[in-house]
Amino acid sequence: MDLTWPLLRQLTGADRTARGPAAKSAKTEALRARTTTADRVVKSVCPYCAVGCGQNVYVRDEKVIQIEGDPDSPISLGRLCPKGAASLQLTTGEGRMHKALYRPPGGAGWQEIDLGTAMEMIADRIIATRRETWEWEHGGRRTARTMGIASLGGATLDNEENYLIKKLLTALGVVQIENQARVCHSSTVVGLGTSFGRGGATTFMQDLQHSDCVVIQGSNFAECHPVGFQWVMEAKARGAVVIHVDPRFTRTSAVADVHVPIRAGSDVAFLGAIINHVLENELYFHEYVVNYTNAATILREDFRDAEDLDGLFSGFGEESRTYDTDSWQYEGMSTVAASGDRDTDFERREGRTPPGRPEVQGSTGMPLDGSPQRDETLRHPRCVLQVLRRHFARYTPEMVERVCGVPRHLFEEVCRHLTENSGPDKTAEFVYAVGWTQHSDGSQFIRAASILQLLLGNIGRPGGGIQALRGHASIQGSSDVPTLFNLLPGYIPMPHAHENERLHDFLLADAPHKGFWANMPSYLVSLLKAWWGESAQPDNDYRFGWLPRLTGSHSTYDTVLAQLEGTCKGYILLGENPAVGSANSKMQRLGMANLDWLVVRDFSLIESATWWKDGPEIETGELRTEDIRTEVFFLPAASHTEKNGSFTNTNRLLQWHHQAVEPHGDARSDLWFMYHLGRIIRRKLAGSQDPMDQPVLDLTWDYPVEGETAEPSAEAVLAEINGWDAQGDPLPGYHALKDDGSTACGCWIYCGVYADGVNQAARRKPASEQDWISAEWAWAWPANRRILYNRASARPDGSPWSERKRLVWWDDEAQRWTGHDVPDFEAGKSPGYRPPPGAQGVEALSGIDPFIMQADGKGWLFAPTGVVDGPLPTHYEPQDSPVVNPLYGRQRSPVRKVYPHEHNRYQPSGDEPGASVYPYVVTTYRLTEHFTAGGMSRFTPYLSELQPAMFCEVSPALAAERGLVHGDWATIITARNAIEARVLVTDRIPSLHLNGRVLHQIGLPFHFGRNGVVTGDAANELSSISLDPNSHIQEVKALSADIRPGRRPRGPALPELVKAYQRRAGIDERTGTEV
Amino acid sequence: MSQTDVRMDGSAELRGEREATPGSAGRRRERLLVPKAEFDSYYGRPVLHEPTWQAPDIAGYLFLGGLAGASSTLAAAAELTGRPRLARVGKVGAVCALGGSLYALIHDLGRPERFVNMLRVFKVTSPMSVGTWLLSAYGPQAGLAAAASLTGVAPGVGRAATVGAGLVGPAVATYTAALICDTAVPAWHEGYREMPFLFAGSATASAGGLGMFAAPLDEAGPARRAAVLGAAVECVAALRMERRLGPLAEPLKRSRLLRLGEALSVAGAVAGATVGRRSRVAAMAAGAALLAGSACTRFGIFQAGMESARDPRYTVQPQRRRLAKTRAERDLT
Amino acid sequence: MAFDLREQLDGRRVGFFTDTSICIGCKACEVACKEWNAVPDDGMEFTGMSYDNTVGLSADTWRHVAFVEQRRPLGHQEPGVGDMDFRWLMASDVCKHCTHAACLDVCPTGSLFRTEFGTVVVQEDICNGCGYCVPACPFGVIGKRETSGTAAKCTMCYDRLGAGEEPACAKTCPTDSIQFGDLDELRERADRRLAQLREAGTTSARLYGHDPDDGVGGTGAFFLLLDEPEVYGLPPDPVVTTRDLPSMWRHAAVAALGLVAGIAAVTWTGTSTGTSTGTSTGTWRGRRG
Ligand SMILES: Nc1nc2c(c(=O)[nH]1)N[C@H]1C(S)=C(S)[C@@H](COP(=O)(O)OP(=O)(O)OC[C@H]3O[C@@H](n4cnc5c(=O)[nH]c(N)nc54)[C@H](O)[C@@H]3O)O[C@H]1N2
Ligand SMILES: Nc1nc2c(c(=O)[nH]1)N[C@H]1C(S)=C(S)[C@@H](COP(=O)(O)OP(=O)(O)OC[C@H]3O[C@@H](n4cnc5c(=O)[nH]c(N)nc54)[C@H](O)[C@@H]3O)O[C@H]1N2
Ligand code: SF4
Ligand code: SF4
Ligand code: SF4
Ligand code: SF4
Ligand code: SF4
Ligand SMILES: [Mo]
Repeated sequence: MDLTWPLLRQLTGADRTARGPAAKSAKTEALRARTTTADRVVKSVCPYCAVGCGQNVYVRDEKVIQIEGDPDSPISLGRLCPKGAASLQLTTGEGRMHKALYRPPGGAGWQEIDLGTAMEMIADRIIATRRETWEWEHGGRRTARTMGIASLGGATLDNEENYLIKKLLTALGVVQIENQARVCHSSTVVGLGTSFGRGGATTFMQDLQHSDCVVIQGSNFAECHPVGFQWVMEAKARGAVVIHVDPRFTRTSAVADVHVPIRAGSDVAFLGAIINHVLENELYFHEYVVNYTNAATILREDFRDAEDLDGLFSGFGEESRTYDTDSWQYEGMSTVAASGDRDTDFERREGRTPPGRPEVQGSTGMPLDGSPQRDETLRHPRCVLQVLRRHFARYTPEMVERVCGVPRHLFEEVCRHLTENSGPDKTAEFVYAVGWTQHSDGSQFIRAASILQLLLGNIGRPGGGIQALRGHASIQGSSDVPTLFNLLPGYIPMPHAHENERLHDFLLADAPHKGFWANMPSYLVSLLKAWWGESAQPDNDYRFGWLPRLTGSHSTYDTVLAQLEGTCKGYILLGENPAVGSANSKMQRLGMANLDWLVVRDFSLIESATWWKDGPEIETGELRTEDIRTEVFFLPAASHTEKNGSFTNTNRLLQWHHQAVEPHGDARSDLWFMYHLGRIIRRKLAGSQDPMDQPVLDLTWDYPVEGETAEPSAEAVLAEINGWDAQGDPLPGYHALKDDGSTACGCWIYCGVYADGVNQAARRKPASEQDWISAEWAWAWPANRRILYNRASARPDGSPWSERKRLVWWDDEAQRWTGHDVPDFEAGKSPGYRPPPGAQGVEALSGIDPFIMQADGKGWLFAPTGVVDGPLPTHYEPQDSPVVNPLYGRQRSPVRKVYPHEHNRYQPSGDEPGASVYPYVVTTYRLTEHFTAGGMSRFTPYLSELQPAMFCEVSPALAAERGLVHGDWATIITARNAIEARVLVTDRIPSLHLNGRVLHQIGLPFHFGRNGVVTGDAANELSSISLDPNSHIQEVKALSADIRPGRRPRGPALPELVKAYQRRAGIDERTGTEV
Repeated sequence: MSQTDVRMDGSAELRGEREATPGSAGRRRERLLVPKAEFDSYYGRPVLHEPTWQAPDIAGYLFLGGLAGASSTLAAAAELTGRPRLARVGKVGAVCALGGSLYALIHDLGRPERFVNMLRVFKVTSPMSVGTWLLSAYGPQAGLAAAASLTGVAPGVGRAATVGAGLVGPAVATYTAALICDTAVPAWHEGYREMPFLFAGSATASAGGLGMFAAPLDEAGPARRAAVLGAAVECVAALRMERRLGPLAEPLKRSRLLRLGEALSVAGAVAGATVGRRSRVAAMAAGAALLAGSACTRFGIFQAGMESARDPRYTVQPQRRRLAKTRAERDLT
Repeated sequence: MAFDLREQLDGRRVGFFTDTSICIGCKACEVACKEWNAVPDDGMEFTGMSYDNTVGLSADTWRHVAFVEQRRPLGHQEPGVGDMDFRWLMASDVCKHCTHAACLDVCPTGSLFRTEFGTVVVQEDICNGCGYCVPACPFGVIGKRETSGTAAKCTMCYDRLGAGEEPACAKTCPTDSIQFGDLDELRERADRRLAQLREAGTTSARLYGHDPDDGVGGTGAFFLLLDEPEVYGLPPDPVVTTRDLPSMWRHAAVAALGLVAGIAAVTWTGTSTGTSTGTSTGTWRGRRG
């Protein structure tokens, strides 16, 4: 209420027309920005994507009243994309659940349940299922595990939470521990890891500004990592050329200089042709290539290239569908197997693909022994460079036109920009994400880019490198502190089941003898000490035997099949939504419908929590709620503002987010859940003499708790991850780790994050007070280095390649490496150092070996081991493709993983009969406005309104061909299922001309599902489970399908439609499964 | 030109303005030319927001306000010329119309309880503010006039109020034209020169109609003549407006309501002036036709305005023409 | 009756320069605005208008990002979509905070007022929902909210400005497409930017709303566009409606006087002339017919 009559103010004051101050109300006068009324501002990190933007969380009266960008963050400078900007609604909005729910077997609806009771029940289920399914041995080898329980999720969680999940479940004998990293970027770890030694992005976001040419391919940078994209705009403003290679013209293309349309799934042909162009025109960075890569290394005589064998490399076994990789080795080098890698031997004898093993190796650098022969003139016909030259000879611009549909002039444009902007004075950077990773040969896409960047001399240098844009807030962390079946923390491989294997044998087999991986014994023993404390002693192998053993692939897709078979009976979903996000979502739901029990922890009632009452199969009648005997627990999760913890962003940067408020109702952190679950199970098992219970009972599990909810201290967990010495003092870094049991460390690559007892991840020195590296903002693994392999930013003699591109150099006076970044090299090892004969470990690396995790210290143009589908990238068609592979006789990758199943039918490809039934290429992707499987956006009105419906993008030509009407509905059909979507006719998804044939592509966002504020069919109803053999990542970026106007049928008519198509295409269980 | 070398200074310094220029990497290829579309708008969406006003409320308000204002004037004239029954019809009619118009106005407010906020300030820039103050001056007088006439109490005050209301009335009847013209609605705004006359004419016609309808034949002479005058003015104003607006007049020309309103007004006026002089029934019919005609005119104007706001062509094309003209003029000098 | 349209703005006037040539259409500005101002969602309708599903500015959308797909070239960009030219324009629109703001002029309650920053703000507690401002705005910005019955639009984050913070939309914009600051400074920057873009081949670039001599006296939020304004849903030559108000008042006054005169004429002159209607009833005084 106004106290004075504004008219009086108007008549008496200066504002005679009453359009200014006279009209102001008392309320307006009293208006204050609510940020200024906050009781406190809490530093946090955006919970959505892996850019890791800083957030300030404003709290008043113990409520979050505003979340906005933190201007101090060197990555984001205070900016947030729409998702980050919607964090307030995400965390405080209506979409969140605050009550624990229970669905009894056969029940028609949810019941509320007391949280404590639910926890007891879940603990009972775990104990019972474990007993029932315990397996001491498998095929005569000790496994000491349960295959009855699986967990999924972790990329949205904190590192500390992932750590407790892995620790507790491993001690319980669970091996099927998986998270989004599998479906997202697992092929990155193989591709980058085998090439450079570490599986992470080689650079960091802000350094993009130093690039002279940014090639974004397989990523929709502006849409999926919008705040990171500001650094591309910065580079552009500073003169860089930006190229976007994508099937669609996206928001990234809109501001790029060049957009290159490409057929989904054909990038190896495109990149291969650039490699060919670089080699044939001698455009590679000669000095870099000779000294820092394995170009000069000579290969064995019995190696045969895909060039010679029409798409196969030597060593292929038709029966086993795998390669024996012996012949791929360097000449004159003792093989890994001879030095005792019994894991590989074991697998080979069993005739199976080493499950996930190459990924392990890939991520960690390869074990190599002996000294390979080199020809530094690069003329030897068997030297890597010459092999490369021959291999890529057939990848010509004409091939690019035929395979990728890229016109020659565009291809040449890319070659020109890329090569003109590489060299001593210039650097070009590649940026990719899941447009590359999610293919049945995804690892090879990344290998191809790695080869190209090595040839151009762009790795380890400012403005160069390969920027792998990861997905979730902590997907990098959930790979580092892994909730992945095949890894222990810090990329130490999970042991496989062998006869009488002891710690010593394992280390002998799996620890390389050169490079930094030679120190694996220290890393592993320290880990075992962290987990089993006093109980871990030298005489009991530090409890190495308590680690459950692998016997093949236990990836999330194998788990689904195990659920359908009935071996996996209990499932814990910790922030993942496979009913929407994983390939072939129907299989995911059918698997869950066959469980005894399911625990879902999430913010909202996502599809993976409610499929039993409203899933698509209920609608079609394929399932009936009352027949589903799965017991379902739903536990509401606490949000990032309600807990402490660290996220690791896409550039390996650990950033701590502080708790702002207490969670409401039954919402609890996953740290709370895992800790108390462990506590209850240990209480229930207390006194058990059963040897299977000993690992749980002896587990170190005494974290301090605080507050009303007894929340465990995340910092205490971080301290354990960092590790301590015999005195209990925090370790300063991984160099301090010992293999004698005197140090404990939960994850060796994170060692140093709690140096001096200070949470280094919580460091927040403002960007404005630092250089672009911002070394005092949070903490990056390894050892706070921001650009990996940065020794390569200097010439062999240690001086910078050029003034423009100085980063790290040798200071002769101080006899040290110095520079802007922390040198990724032994600080005191001079450029002139050459290892004495017989040197082992780190000593064996010379002063010109920048890739210190690799056993030969070199970047690998050719991968002699570690990549199971070939040492060099080779173009194969996707599993389902309407195009014939014109490069080789092999249509598909001969070693891809297929899982024939009634609900996982593959389609005829190329010129096989029936292929024309599914004539169009489908690719799936993201929208800026939504997040992944939708759990964090479809329940959030501010995001939902921006993209309220599932749609398909089609070209005007395709629309005309099939009678699709803009704005109307269309039905898209594959051999798995059919979905409906609104039609968006647009020039942005051009039809391609390959080999005289017009090929249409269909674009589908994958965010929709049936729950939430906005709903729609999930794209993953269409995709199949067909996997990259290295990483077990699914192929969801290139499918083939048919499209027709109108909505899809309802009820039983839907599966009928799918079957009718299958019949027309002549599909049976063998279709598409040939080698 | 490229300056992407590594700089060591703080990133704030480093970060210039992000003045990236997309497509700056060199010459592009020549391509097929797509002819530029004649008229571009954003997916055919309106540029303007059409008024949120509801037709029954606001068109009704325009009509009733006009009726009230002109009736008061007619009543005053009748009173002064010794036509008490015509005067009473006018006064009572004015109060009823005023009541109705106020109801419509308040009903249309999003927060009717805050009607009084209209009196916080006096804004000469806001016809609605001016109108509100006008109504505040007019309303009590009109009320007093009617009350006195009905009750016979305080005839002196009543007469003064009658004259007062009669003098303010025309302003009440025409300010509404400024009210709607003082918007960005093309058909309204551009018609601002004629609109007040159209409204004045229509109001006069309707007041005449009311007089014919309710007053005895012998006193209704001024009403009949007023109707004729009003209808004539209305028609002429409408014609001129349509001519002057050019293409913008399309919605006006297309409006069936407007045509109907004109027809009813003319017919009512003519009938009133002829058979309406003799037959009470005919006078009532003619009066009703005039009232209906005036209402139709206002609803027609209202809807034509809405239509012109809804179609972006009516916003964009006149502005384009104007721009072209100023540019041409500028180029000449 | 005449009044001065040139409002005296004391102090420095702040505003937005929205450079659409670097917008990536992420809509962070839309969301940040909603979060800060607690603006409700605007419906969940699929429109098929490229990636725009919020359609335009309204009471519930104070920042709106337009998406325009065109078969036209963008500077030297090589779009690779077949044989035609193609570009995808994105532009974030907002209240212009006009120098001569029609919404403000016509508001009868004083709910809309000019702040000390030169911006135009609605006072939710004063607005009675008369809706006058809605059709008055030549840009179709301000709207009336169904639920509250009051008008709403961008306040240029009046509360934040008061606290010395930049508006939520400008702060969040990842590419600096939305630049906030001193208006004069922004105008200079915009001129430089325009020259730079033209030089680099983006000849379709132009500024919109920066000219103090245009129909609304220049806007507090102005834009760098890559095509005609109407392509983005903006009026090409907006004029503040109240520029003609003095004339409107004059016409209305003449009409009102005419009304009095006319009625007087038909009442008093009836008998004496009797011409127009041929009636014999009207006489000068008090005679019943
Ligand atoms: N807004 C938003 N941001 C996100 C996410 C989100 O859901 N929403 N998710 C996060 C997650 S989990 C991840 S992993 C990242 C993923 O980030 P991106 O990988 O950028 O996301 P996508 O849209 O799936 O795929 C990128 C592009 O690849 C293109 N593409 C498809 N197939 C091919 C191909 O064969 N070759 C080439 N060259 N391109 C191809 C698609 O057209 C698409 O434009 O984004 C993260 N950020
Ligand atoms: N067709 C197709 N399929 C794809 C992809 C594709 O491009 N195309 N991309 C793939 C990729 S890269 C990814 S990463 C996956 C993503 O697929 P999912 O990971 O299944 O999808 P999200 O919706 O991110 O699921 C994460 C869930 O975690 C919840 N959550 C968030 N924070 C927390 C927390 O702190 N605690 C708990 N308990 N829960 C939390 C969220 O609410 C959300 O429901 O999808 C994959 N699937
Ligand atoms: S989603 Fe990613 S880019 Fe967007 S604000 Fe969050 S961290 Fe930054
Ligand atoms: S936030 Fe910036 S870049 Fe994103 S849509 Fe808005 S103006 Fe464009
Ligand atoms: S743009 Fe419209 S709403 Fe904004 S100040 Fe100008 S007239 Fe008012
Ligand atoms: S709706 Fe509210 S803000 Fe708009 S003119 Fe009326 S009172 Fe003023
Ligand atoms: S200035 Fe504030 S109110 Fe205006 S659009 Fe931006 S965020 Fe919204
Ligand atoms: Mo992901």
